[in-house]
Amino acid sequence: MSEIPILSILIFIPVVGIFFMLLIRNNDDQSSQNLKHTALWIAFLNFIISLSLLFSFDLNNPNFQFVEKYAWIESGISYHLGIDGVSILFVILTTMLVPICILASYESIKFSVKEYLISFLALETFMIGVFCSLDLVLFYLFFEGGLIPMFLIIGIWGGERRVYSTFKFFLYTLAGSVFMLLAIIYIFISTGTTDVETLLIYNFTTNEQLILWIAFFTSFMVKIPMWPFHTWLPDAHVEAPTAGSVILAGVLLKMAGYGFIRFSIGFFPDASEFFAPFIFSLSVIAIIVTSLIALVQEDMKKLIAYSSVAHMGFVTLGIFTFTVQGIEGGIIQMISHGIVSAALFLCVGVVYDRLHTREIARYGGLVSKMPFYSFSFMIFILASLGLPGTSGFVGEFLVLLSIFTVNTYFAIFATTGVVLAATYSLWLYRRIIFGALIKDDLSEMFDLTRREIIIFLPLIILTIFIGLYPKPIINIIEPSTEKIVNQIKMKLD
Amino acid sequence: MQSLVYILPEIFLFIVATVLLVTGLFLKNIKLINLLAIFSLLVTVIIILNQPFQSAFLNSFVVDEFSLVLKVMILIGSTVSLIMFVSSKDDLNINIYEFPILIIFSTIGMMVMVSANDLLAMFIGLELQSLSLYVLAALNRNSLLSSEAGIKYFILGALSSGLLLFGISYIYGFSGNTNFNLIAVNINPESLGLIIGIVFVLAGLAFKVSAVPFHMWTPDVYQGAPTPITGFFALAPKIAAMGLLVRFLFNSFGEIYIDWQQIIFFISIASMMLAAFAAIAQTNLKRLMAYSSIGHIGYALIGVACFTDEGLRSLLIYLMIYLIMNIAVFAFLLSLKRNDGYFENISDLSGMHKNHPLRTMLIALIMFSLAGIPPLAGFFGKFYIFVAAIESEMLFLAIIGVIASVISAFYYLRIVKIMYFDEPKEEFDGSSIKSLNLLYYPSSILIIIFFIYPSPVINISEYAIQSII
Repeated sequence: MSEIPILSILIFIPVVGIFFMLLIRNNDDQSSQNLKHTALWIAFLNFIISLSLLFSFDLNNPNFQFVEKYAWIESGISYHLGIDGVSILFVILTTMLVPICILASYESIKFSVKEYLISFLALETFMIGVFCSLDLVLFYLFFEGGLIPMFLIIGIWGGERRVYSTFKFFLYTLAGSVFMLLAIIYIFISTGTTDVETLLIYNFTTNEQLILWIAFFTSFMVKIPMWPFHTWLPDAHVEAPTAGSVILAGVLLKMAGYGFIRFSIGFFPDASEFFAPFIFSLSVIAIIVTSLIALVQEDMKKLIAYSSVAHMGFVTLGIFTFTVQGIEGGIIQMISHGIVSAALFLCVGVVYDRLHTREIARYGGLVSKMPFYSFSFMIFILASLGLPGTSGFVGEFLVLLSIFTVNTYFAIFATTGVVLAATYSLWLYRRIIFGALIKDDLSEMFDLTRREIIIFLPLIILTIFIGLYPKPIINIIEPSTEKIVNQIKMKLD
Repeated sequence: MQSLVYILPEIFLFIVATVLLVTGLFLKNIKLINLLAIFSLLVTVIIILNQPFQSAFLNSFVVDEFSLVLKVMILIGSTVSLIMFVSSKDDLNINIYEFPILIIFSTIGMMVMVSANDLLAMFIGLELQSLSLYVLAALNRNSLLSSEAGIKYFILGALSSGLLLFGISYIYGFSGNTNFNLIAVNINPESLGLIIGIVFVLAGLAFKVSAVPFHMWTPDVYQGAPTPITGFFALAPKIAAMGLLVRFLFNSFGEIYIDWQQIIFFISIASMMLAAFAAIAQTNLKRLMAYSSIGHIGYALIGVACFTDEGLRSLLIYLMIYLIMNIAVFAFLLSLKRNDGYFENISDLSGMHKNHPLRTMLIALIMFSLAGIPPLAGFFGKFYIFVAAIESEMLFLAIIGVIASVISAFYYLRIVKIMYFDEPKEEFDGSSIKSLNLLYYPSSILIIIFFIYPSPVINISEYAIQSII
């Protein structure tokens, strides 16, 4: 294994980029264009470096790789990084989405460009950090730190009710997370360390597990989000600029899912088993209720936001089955959702940039004006409802498979969610794309520009590739997932 | 005579202050006097760093690691407020040469406070510090608010000193000693009179650190006093009073900590919660900072309530981070200047990121730090406090602490919101004031990069507490 601290490089390239950005002046169109190019190149460079992870990643090794460990705060709390099959894909998802986001903001962000790009790069640092950190304090640092740039992104460049939404987002998430902080401190005091690798083989007593599990759960539940604490998500999505929504749906929600896999079930298997029916119930409620809510939405972004909550319901269902298929399904569902929902928000952004409204009723019959757009939109809509052959199917199928082996009732209810997803997704598509083009202002619409095609192309390819041939992805995930499941089984016995 | 060596820094400062007082009468150059004062404060730091550790005057005055660290922090606070004075004296109508001298006298008082190991030494230090502060609060003679602040502070301060003295007399009466260590030796845990004494002394000290329910003066004085003085109030006296509180409680009443722990417990919770809610409604930045400081003192008091090594260490870490954050905030407040007028209302900040991007970005980060959001320094302050609290099994205190920090995040966010999300107003004067930049940028950068290398702060606090426990 190479000695290059590649994870630290990934985390800190955006920070170095921020310093460069601070030096570039920002007073006219030309310089703001320069800023955008610089940020894009920095993010793209990070993406390329993250791809090198894939090549040097040892597929047969279920343990953490690319490990770095330095003394940090004090004994027990160290700067400890490493990734395994569970986290590597999230890192790459992040580094892939950030350049896409920056590219997607080329036209839509008109003022304070410098701050905007700095926020995005800072956010990238925090997001990569979350997936790489193997120390709870470090994890919390990155997990919470991401709030600051996201708060600014929604608040400054958002829509009309941006202040309300961004405060709601910030305070909800913060309130959820502080209890996790207390739990982390408790773990630190009772075990003397916050090192994830050590804690994964540590056995907490059942009582400790129950309380700590709840503390971690409050944080992840708000972040992922689970019904009934999902209300910040539609608000935040609707008001955020397109790129903000993309990163929120694409990566930020996944932090919580990742947290569930790594910490909740890894550290507290007894408690997780105890609470699993509770999680299943909440997930199933989320799947059905938010799907129904999505049906009646009149705002495109809100509809997609509610569908995100439903999709995340599948993720939690899968994770808490403690089976290899379930967890794998959860991870693939998250990756797929990261690509697909990000793409859907970009699709909304495309028409929003042209017509400046997200109201579904204002659209209709776009297919005659925007064939390429309609095609891409269709692929993502189909992936979102889980059509076989798209990435959405693989995750959902594995999750449903695993939940059937655990509990048939939950499985039946969850499956209805798939039908509902098809209903609201296809209906959305019909209302926007099909029908006659009768509204006057739609006649001005033009098809995807070259920049937009560049944005969509990789996402389309990935969606179909994962759908048709998920084997490489599963190969990456499987060894680590098996290790996690074995560890849980061992602890439970 | 030997003992005089141990109070050399105090003596040195006293001589400087008297000499400056006399020269000031003839020499009308305030800037020079101020520079000399700053210089002598820095010299004092050097003297303190080279002092031997010893107790003097029949063990009523101690020089140890704890006092060393606190004194340096206090001197930094005083120096900072003198630097702020230079940049704003003409505009704030406080062009008075007594300013640096009063600051020095007050600083001497505080230095005595953190070294005091005797009820009388403690009282002397406290009074010297307070009397200078009363005058300072009312320094702007032409301002109604400033005079009101001075009078209010004086009356309430005198009352609290009275309570303190009353408590001292009880403690002396029921233990027969005024020396902290001797009190500890002869303590009678059953004695009710002693408890009454502790309660009164704690009431007096709670007033000095502005903890609820003795916080009423803080918002008015913060608002009324000229900004450099408000900065001084926020920086130095709180640290000194906290040090005194620790030495008083830990050295003399360590044995009956069960009794005073619940008092600290209560004022800590009350401070955190009240500040979190009360600050939401504020429209004046200085009043807001007053409530913010009440809240921060609440957190710091958790460290005292723990009565453990960890607790004390977290207290010192917290105070150091608090000091740095407040330096940045008050330097920022002083830079809100337009055509010789200062702005203190939160609404004046509206949209200022358009005109002052860098300054706004830094202050926004300071606000997040005050709210305790990682990865900024404020988070680490709170982190250590909560570590200490949970370690001494005071989970309740920690839970209240995190809830209060979520609530208080709201008002810090509101400032960020106004600076970033609202419509811009007129430009403020450029960052022409060099001396303020000297305070503003280093302190903000320290806050931001703290997480990369937190060991120095932690090591200093560990060094400091070894003489207490």
